[in-house]
Amino acid sequence: MANVWRMIGKRLLFGLLTLFVVSVVIFGATELLPGDLARELLGQSATPETLAALREQLGLDDPAPVRYWNWLTAALQGDFGVSLANRRPIADLISARLGNTLFLAAYAAAMSVPLSLMLGVLAALWRNSIFDRAVNALALTSISFPEFFVAYILIVWLAQTGVFPSMVRISPRTTTPDMLYMAFLPALTLTLVVTAHMMRMTRAAIINLLASPYIEMARLKGLSPMRIILRHAVPNALAPIINVVALNLAYLITGVVVVEVVFVYPGLGQLMVDAVSNRDIAVVQAVALIFASAYVLMNLLADVLSTLSNPRLMHRR
Amino acid sequence: MGALYILLGVAVAVALALASGWLFRTLLLAVTRGESRRVIASAPLTASFGMLVILLYILIAFLAPVLAPFAERQVVGGQYLPWGSPYWLGTDNLGRDMLTRLLYGARNTVGIAFATTALAFVVGSLLGLWAAMVGGWIDQVLGRLVDALMAIPALIFSLLLLTIFGTSVVNMVLVIATIDATRVFRLARAVAQGIVVMDYIEAAKLRGEGTFRLIWRETLPNALAPLVAEFGLRFCFVFLMISALSFLGLGIQPPLADWGSMVRDNATLINFGDITPLLPAGAIALLTVAVNFVVDWQLHRASGLKE
Repeated sequence: MANVWRMIGKRLLFGLLTLFVVSVVIFGATELLPGDLARELLGQSATPETLAALREQLGLDDPAPVRYWNWLTAALQGDFGVSLANRRPIADLISARLGNTLFLAAYAAAMSVPLSLMLGVLAALWRNSIFDRAVNALALTSISFPEFFVAYILIVWLAQTGVFPSMVRISPRTTTPDMLYMAFLPALTLTLVVTAHMMRMTRAAIINLLASPYIEMARLKGLSPMRIILRHAVPNALAPIINVVALNLAYLITGVVVVEVVFVYPGLGQLMVDAVSNRDIAVVQAVALIFASAYVLMNLLADVLSTLSNPRLMHRR
Repeated sequence: MGALYILLGVAVAVALALASGWLFRTLLLAVTRGESRRVIASAPLTASFGMLVILLYILIAFLAPVLAPFAERQVVGGQYLPWGSPYWLGTDNLGRDMLTRLLYGARNTVGIAFATTALAFVVGSLLGLWAAMVGGWIDQVLGRLVDALMAIPALIFSLLLLTIFGTSVVNMVLVIATIDATRVFRLARAVAQGIVVMDYIEAAKLRGEGTFRLIWRETLPNALAPLVAEFGLRFCFVFLMISALSFLGLGIQPPLADWGSMVRDNATLINFGDITPLLPAGAIALLTVAVNFVVDWQLHRASGLKE
């Protein structure tokens, strides 16, 4: 047991290090510019006074490590500075939208994880059948579709008939059932995009295991195929399945960007896209830091969980 | 009722696709000889359909000025005209011919995506082979750098870099190529590590061959097969990424005809039940599906030959 905790502790430390490096990259990317940020944002025609004022406001006169330290310590306390475009505190812009984005991602995950696990197990059970081939071809097709294509097909099909709204308007008085109803199409789009990948990986993980001798033994004992898969194959396929689920949830967090824009969903992705077109670097850095941390944490969680799901590691002598 | 029609439509489309794949394969079998004929005969219908589609896109990309009824940037009539002669697919938000823009889109969108992938491959694979060949601290530094860049999701990272450098086609190509090169680097390095320990590399080193010659003449030819299979997958990824950025208004800029921004510019039509904006989106989807079908077949073939 102690061995496992040491392994997990090491992994957590490594995860922290990754987070640190990610923050350095996100902050340090501005240093790649040939001139400096103020010059780049204001253009060649800027007067020396406005340049100096912007440098002052961005704190560009300090050396880079000092600026990084100030930025990081403030960000850890929830203070991301002010937006360059409208001078509002970034924390205010983000707080409401972060909840919306997490809601959408969780909604999509709640639909896609059970669906893809079920399809994956069934495809493995009836492999090389018509069902398997059809699901596989469908999965390959939906992996290849751009998110906005799936989104607009759903809008044409389901929103035109008035079944579901194609735009999401959230006010403080919106209740949870209303949210679930309004966010259904964006969540369904995300579900269709990630299900295919998760299902293919689940199927591959289970089929891989079906070749092992103990499965052959179970088959020779005369167990039903369903029981072999559920009782004997799935527990051992947990580690790869957990991994692929976590990876896809991490993908969901970034996949929301395009979907949010299509459905005018008030989330972080939309905020980021607007900030990129305004070249509002402060907002972009803050949102990128949040997205990237969520991504790193998801991967970390996957590692820890798949370690814990392996009995051989838990009971090593 | 609506769902039934859609199911019927999908079934007809699938049948047509498979039939055209079969016809194309029969045609190819009639004109090829020997080894390539044997390979083509083993292609499933999905893969032959994929090859047919890719061929059509290449033809359209090269022949766009001949096929298109109007000039790429010419405003020919009112905004959002319905389908009909002489604007077969109507006009767009500025009154340009939709069919013309679609045909030119094949040239611009696919061309830019291909150039980006090629750039990412040249940079990524050469660096990867170099790192595996020289080893030591160079390998360590490059490897850690790539790890750091890969820890940030690709779309988020490209949005960050585009904010810093500004949105333009050249910047987008460079940013996406950089991000993609990290993925290629990983693969190339992993493949090359198995090669550089071979005896013939040792012999070449003793012969006094330089590092570049070792990479170019000894390692690359043996690492080529997995890299080529990866090229198809990376192309799909880059193509979808460029389309997504253009759709967000941060990629290929007007007045260049491009499928992603065409969807964005004409999206309002969707709310009036007009499916025209789905055409460019469908064009993107069809090409990615086609490439994926061919890659899937190639991967299957490669793994089958190994056993």
